[in-house]
Amino acid sequence: MAIDVDTARKVAKLARIAVPESELPKVAKELSGILTFMERLNEVDVTNVKPMTSVTPMELKRRRDEITDGNQQESVLANAPDTKEGFFAVPKVVE
Amino acid sequence: MTELAKLTIEKARDGLRKKAFSSAELTNSCLNAIQEAKGLNAFVHDTPEIAIKQATDADKALGQGDTSSMCGIPIGIKDLFCTKGVASQAASKILQGFKPEYESTITQNLWDSGAVMLGKLNMDEFAMGSSNETSVYGDVVNPWQEAKSNKKLSPGGSSGGSAAAVSADLCLAATGTDTGGSIRQPAAFVGITGLKPTYGRCSRWGVVAFASSLDQAGPMTKCVRDAAIMLEVMSGHDAKDSTSVDIPVPNFENFLTGDIRGKKIGVPKEYRMDGMPDEIEQLWTEGTAMLKDAGAKIVDISLPHTKFALPVYYVVAPAEASSNLARYDGVRFGHRSSLSLGDGITEMYEKTRAEGFGEEVKRRVMIGTYVLSAGFYDAYYNRARKVRTLIKGDFENVFAQNIDAILTPATPSSAFGLGEMKEVDPVQMYLNDVFTVPVNLAGLPGISVPTGLDKKGLPLGLQLIGRPWEEAEMLNIAYSLESSASFSDKPQQWW
Repeated sequence: MAIDVDTARKVAKLARIAVPESELPKVAKELSGILTFMERLNEVDVTNVKPMTSVTPMELKRRRDEITDGNQQESVLANAPDTKEGFFAVPKVVE
Repeated sequence: MTELAKLTIEKARDGLRKKAFSSAELTNSCLNAIQEAKGLNAFVHDTPEIAIKQATDADKALGQGDTSSMCGIPIGIKDLFCTKGVASQAASKILQGFKPEYESTITQNLWDSGAVMLGKLNMDEFAMGSSNETSVYGDVVNPWQEAKSNKKLSPGGSSGGSAAAVSADLCLAATGTDTGGSIRQPAAFVGITGLKPTYGRCSRWGVVAFASSLDQAGPMTKCVRDAAIMLEVMSGHDAKDSTSVDIPVPNFENFLTGDIRGKKIGVPKEYRMDGMPDEIEQLWTEGTAMLKDAGAKIVDISLPHTKFALPVYYVVAPAEASSNLARYDGVRFGHRSSLSLGDGITEMYEKTRAEGFGEEVKRRVMIGTYVLSAGFYDAYYNRARKVRTLIKGDFENVFAQNIDAILTPATPSSAFGLGEMKEVDPVQMYLNDVFTVPVNLAGLPGISVPTGLDKKGLPLGLQLIGRPWEEAEMLNIAYSLESSASFSDKPQQWW
């Protein structure tokens, strides 16, 4: 299935990547090429086949529900582009 | 003096134990080699202070009789691994300036065994690429050149810096990661050994995630024995990675007897691709003959869903990547775009990600977003996961026939020129991984072993695929292949 410019714009929006209008046709073309490549999968009969959920069969390990970590505010914030009063700082979200 | 840097882990270990030289001398030899090799662009963050401190500590430990195999061995670390206080940016602009406050489990295991960190190695951005041309640090250059040519070649990818550094003797070994072939393909392109373990053998904790159900780290080394030594140290259960398996780690080196009499080696007919160069075909035939001469039984096998592996991979990997890479939002770490008046948080996300991600990463995140979006999830993502079940089933059927390992080519060609693949359709680049991707989809161990040169004078490798958790058996067969092929060529130093 070919991706048109409107779909490309929508996908970029969903992916939270700013793509200028002028580049949308190129993006649409590239994505369409990749999707065409994926379309080969339609040749396979997947009736009654279960989708893979775990590549290695294993029981998910459980651990005790207890606090083992914390009190590392300085480390947590050390790499943030902007912080204020011990919090991550971002542009205003709510008016 | 860069002679010591040329040693294998095995030889260096023996020399260190006999006090023929110190880890400090060995480490300095590597640091000098790195300085001379800036033209390869393999090491991108050098850590000489850490290296010298760790080497001094290792010499002390060796003096007190420490017998860990990796004690005092200088290695390079792929930039995808988080290393405490040292830049770790997955070769992406979006992680510019990021210095983790923690250490990945694998690197911690290595330091605990006495290994020495020389620095961080270049790679494709977020491990997305097969040529090391998507890095924010620029291309890595393959130490190998075609005979009578100075054309710059790609070292493969994504672990291209690791491959180039080991091949050019800048370090004794390096860590790599492999999501669709990122250890085995570059290893083949530079004439070294590269091993991807069974999914779950090594902890993924602290390794920047690309596609979590496929990612697995492994060693890139100068020989099979070194891969066995290093894998043992990297492996093991980790409570911080729920997919790391809690089973004993064997002493892999003890399995290297070279005796493969009676072993059943499968040769899959579906890997004989249309248009495959004669040289690859010939290499494969020769490798098969070597294993047969060593006493193995060669069995023709079929893996009927092989041709669907790449399309499955290019649905599943981008889908997981789009989810994993959602964390790069300019809030908690790395790059944040400068904002215009009136920009809100959505503009901040969109501008940050547009500036921070390179073209290939954006492409994959958008493909992943599309195949997971409402209305397309079943048609693409779920269908791909079902075909993945069938691909894994192919291998299970073969192993049920008591096949011990499978022999295939590692790559469809030798190294190509830098820039040659850049302008072509992205799908053409994806075809590089045709022999390696099925192994990740099935979670199996695989190893690429250099076995010859093509007529251009460039290295070529063969791949062995092992049964799940049987890296030891796979390593022994690889060891036999290595002994028979006796590949000992090195690149001529031009850098």
